[in-house]
Amino acid sequence: MTSNDDRWLDETAGPVVRPYALTQGRTRPSGAAFDLVATVTATRSRIANPGGLAPEHISVLQLAQAPTTVVDIASDVDLPLGVVRILLADLREFGLLTIEAPVPVKARQVDKNTLREVLHGLRGL
Amino acid sequence: MAYGGYEAEDSTGTRHRAIKILLAGGFGVGKTTLVGAVSEIRPLRTEEPLTQSSALVDSTVGVERKTTTTVAMDFGRITLRDDLVLYLFGTPGQERFWFMWDELVVGALGAVVLADTRRLADCFPAIDYFERRDIPFIVALNCFEGSRRYSVEDVRVALDLDPGLPIILCDARSRESAKEVLIALIEHVLSVADEPVSR
Repeated sequence: MTSNDDRWLDETAGPVVRPYALTQGRTRPSGAAFDLVATVTATRSRIANPGGLAPEHISVLQLAQAPTTVVDIASDVDLPLGVVRILLADLREFGLLTIEAPVPVKARQVDKNTLREVLHGLRGL
Repeated sequence: MAYGGYEAEDSTGTRHRAIKILLAGGFGVGKTTLVGAVSEIRPLRTEEPLTQSSALVDSTVGVERKTTTTVAMDFGRITLRDDLVLYLFGTPGQERFWFMWDELVVGALGAVVLADTRRLADCFPAIDYFERRDIPFIVALNCFEGSRRYSVEDVRVALDLDPGLPIILCDARSRESAKEVLIALIEHVLSVADEPVSR
């Protein structure tokens, strides 16, 4: 990330730098990598003991009560994608949510029924 | 089960399916416009203003009134059903941000290469990229006002594209037109799904 740092350190950076404080300065998530549209789902409907969690962790957990995606969460909490990934990885370590691992799929093995559903859906927009 | 997306089950056993589609093309060709025409734009804080330093890099010839440049991705969301959502990602138009492409392309169903006939060469790198990775794609010609119309076959020759690769005309500002672009891509992905893998 060193090469990216300069990009944030100008007058337009605004709140972009500060969120990394809540990741204790970490710029990489722990554990297995996950995709931008990996599905995120909270494992519990209520957070019994939020001790040790930052308010941003709680916000992410609340958003993940119904299955959602990494980018949707990043958009909703209005934090840089890199920060959100770290928060998600933390929560996964705590067992508070699951992140469906990215499964790269060869496009030529695509499930045609899903594609037809997509076509149907697009035509109906 | 295999398809170009990810699935997960919630407590009721319903699969949640997210499908990723890429939108590529040169700087200022209308990627953001097209995403906005057909989907709910979801902001990621990844855009920066065109600074003087990047203005030296970005060619803005023929591209007026563009004051920001995409550093990460444009992100559009089309909810087709509660459990089936399309995500549209515009790939960075500038080569200095190409390191992000490899992340975007993983698990993508397919791609649309948006082209401007005034600057056709701008989409060469995107076409090359998807061809090398065997990602199904189509070419959509954004018909800007004041741009000279070329025939689809002229463009096919100019871009050295296979006869079977769809090339369509579009107006990136129009919702109907943007829908047709996505439909053409999905139909193309369906049609190549039967073909044997070439490598």
